[in-house]
Amino acid sequence: MPYARVIAFRHFQVYRGGPEDEGEFVEYSVPVEEGMVVLDALHWIQAHDAPDLAVRWNCKAAKCGSCSAEVNGMPRLTCKTRISDLPAGAPIRVEPMRTFPLVKDLVTDVSWNYEVNNRIEPFSPPADAPEEAWRWQQEDIERVQEFRKCIECFLCQDICHVLRNHETKNPFLGPRYLVRVAGLDMHPMDQADRTRYLKDEGNVGYCNITKCCTEVCPEHIKITDNAIIPLKERVADSYYDPVQAAWRLVTGSRPRDTRRPAGEDR
Amino acid sequence: MTQASPRYETRVHDVLVIGAGGAGLRAAIEAAAAGSSVGLVGKSLLGKAHTVMAEGGVAAALANVAEDDSWQTHFRDTMVGGKMLNNWRMAQLHAQEAPDRVRELERWGAVFDRTRDGRILQRPFGGHTYPRLAHVGDRTGLEMIRTLQDRTVQSGVTVYMECTTTHLLTDDDRVTGAFGYWRQTGDPIAFSAKAVILATGGIGRSWQVTSNSWEYSGDGHALAYRAGAELIDMEFVQFHPTGMVWPPGVRGLLVTEAVRGEGGILRNRDEDRFMWKYLPDDRRHEYAETDEEASRWVEALREGRATDARQPPELSTRDNVSRAIYTEVREGRGSAHGGVFLDISYLPADLVRRKLPSMYDQFKELAAVDITAGPMEVGPTCHYMMGGVRVNADTAASTRVGLYAAGEVAGGMHGANRLGGNSLSDLLVFGRRAGAAAAAFAAEAPPVGDVDQEQLRRAEEELAAPFDRPGGEDPYRLHADLQAVMQSLVGIFRTGSDLEVALERLAGLRARWAQVRVVGSPAYNPGWNLYFELQNMLVCSEAVARSALQRTESRGAHARLDHPGLDPEWGKRNSTVSLDGEAMRVIAKPLPELPDELRRLITT
Repeated sequence: MPYARVIAFRHFQVYRGGPEDEGEFVEYSVPVEEGMVVLDALHWIQAHDAPDLAVRWNCKAAKCGSCSAEVNGMPRLTCKTRISDLPAGAPIRVEPMRTFPLVKDLVTDVSWNYEVNNRIEPFSPPADAPEEAWRWQQEDIERVQEFRKCIECFLCQDICHVLRNHETKNPFLGPRYLVRVAGLDMHPMDQADRTRYLKDEGNVGYCNITKCCTEVCPEHIKITDNAIIPLKERVADSYYDPVQAAWRLVTGSRPRDTRRPAGEDR
Repeated sequence: MTQASPRYETRVHDVLVIGAGGAGLRAAIEAAAAGSSVGLVGKSLLGKAHTVMAEGGVAAALANVAEDDSWQTHFRDTMVGGKMLNNWRMAQLHAQEAPDRVRELERWGAVFDRTRDGRILQRPFGGHTYPRLAHVGDRTGLEMIRTLQDRTVQSGVTVYMECTTTHLLTDDDRVTGAFGYWRQTGDPIAFSAKAVILATGGIGRSWQVTSNSWEYSGDGHALAYRAGAELIDMEFVQFHPTGMVWPPGVRGLLVTEAVRGEGGILRNRDEDRFMWKYLPDDRRHEYAETDEEASRWVEALREGRATDARQPPELSTRDNVSRAIYTEVREGRGSAHGGVFLDISYLPADLVRRKLPSMYDQFKELAAVDITAGPMEVGPTCHYMMGGVRVNADTAASTRVGLYAAGEVAGGMHGANRLGGNSLSDLLVFGRRAGAAAAAFAAEAPPVGDVDQEQLRRAEEELAAPFDRPGGEDPYRLHADLQAVMQSLVGIFRTGSDLEVALERLAGLRARWAQVRVVGSPAYNPGWNLYFELQNMLVCSEAVARSALQRTESRGAHARLDHPGLDPEWGKRNSTVSLDGEAMRVIAKPLPELPDELRRLITT
């Protein structure tokens, strides 16, 4: 079995501490082999220097979204951040995601995200749709499939300035859950209307389209352009379009669902 | 649901599911639908379990692409692939029910790739007669776990995330609950339950080169064994033919069989398409005879039309392709990094990116290889455990009352070798059956008494023990040494003498385990977590080695260099493993007799 040659030692500064402690960056020197990623270095540190270093990870293949952290200040999956891509000569600084409460070392409490998810109205297909209605062309589902690529790494939630800089977590869903709502709304069979929820509880209006979320997405989902902007337009069409508002005043109707109903010719 | 307890946080449920991958989620959904109060415990965050890494697809005879497909053919393929050692009733139920389970996922919101007429698309895989794997590109597992996760949450299941189970609680007659700790704090937690379902996945973390994550330490196998349940088929460990071999940090990472399903060609250093040489004689007629015929098959697949061409030799079963690659490398025809070449770059680049998006990203980002422009380097990687808890095929009940098992932790379904795609269907079919049977049992069973405080006290003492040891072993080093033993002595090819040496070394490792010292606090302490997992890995490793030593033949994933052929007598027997006092007892027991009407499906 061939072994890789150690190319160099690199200096790491890794955040250590819990919610109650005075945290600090601890220095580690790690032998680096070809192709090594930051998560490999963290594992090396656990096995040689710090057996209790808290790191959350699972697949090590960028498929599960567990090993999110901030590397040199940028939200990254540590399993796909190659050490050779980071500036040589400078230490590599690894710290936990700042948006979420610290558990220990590099691990944060991301349970808030799961709570947000549970408040979104689930997939709602018609109960009596005939078998033929469940036939869709590949083109009709490609956008939904793009959204469903999300691995829930929460890096977009971490970078989002609405969540990061303000104590506004509860009113704003954040990019990940706007992607989820968009994926449900654009599903060919879904019938729920989440427009009022998006406006009043999700506060989609808080997003001012800086596209930071799109930039950090390891799955390359076009979060802002393909998910958030269409949702913002839907809310605007339903609630702020003067023609529609006048019509509603006259007829007493509620904002309409702007999507095509399931089963319509497409 | 909290019950007052003198010392421990105690939760009470009708049904407790341990493991939050596909099987555990599907079981929880079904038990909740039956009206049970359900708790679901997982070592990781919800949605991160190993199912998320499944790539190629879920096997089900939907007959959307090949209209001749049927449950009977799927049953036959599964039994032939398993070298007839499968529990026939499990294979039958699996083949019959998988199509409904896949359609059900679609009704719950899963969005599979489509055929031209708008139905669920199916792709070919090794050992399957017809294109049979429903899929979403090469991220099928993510689609499944997300769909099941959402359904679970909506079903009112209580989810305990990042919670490790270290003990099952028992009384004389039955399993009564479980004990473990919250990973984030290290605080203990006890569960009282009328029925417990194990859905903990596999054991692959005991090998050096593995596609499995840290979670796969055989917890459920070991919990069942220690609680007195029987394990079967533990010698059958699947090595997937294609894992990444370079760079070192990703060695073992899975390269989906879908690459070969879409037409990927295996070649050695000399550009030789070596799989032609390794097709077993009794199956050769199922494969193409020439490069030209294999190319015609790939072309027809691409265009979605029928063909009389037969499939490429790369689609032989996993056990066979793994041995072929291993042999090529051992005989000096491997690549520079000890693998062989897998090439899909002859297909149009946009097609490759569309069909295999995560493979494209994985190689580009982790290995700096563009798979649309050149070949991948691949080699075998420890992937799947065929053996596990012996279960009743219809109910997933173990041999211990109140204890159930589904998914990879259960044994019997796949016999001596699993076909690709059959694990995702397995976990749906038997997850559902386990959930239904456990809920029915819980509805009828008398209540379990108060949690036995003495058992809890002993369990907590065991949790605390490694913090108090003065000198001692480092858990990471012990793990590395275990992996070295299993990789070199209990791998793809085995011999009696290697296995005997392995058993000696495992005894030494067990003695060292009792001396492991943990530093730091119990809060999110990976060294401490590893300590318990090592105990489970050592049980499973011993069970694999003992069962492999006992089976003096080669069958499926179990290849003995000193017993190279099939032995018909061993074809009638399963290895069983159980706890006998302090010792592990391994004996052979007769395989359930295959009924004539099903035997006819296989021989015709």
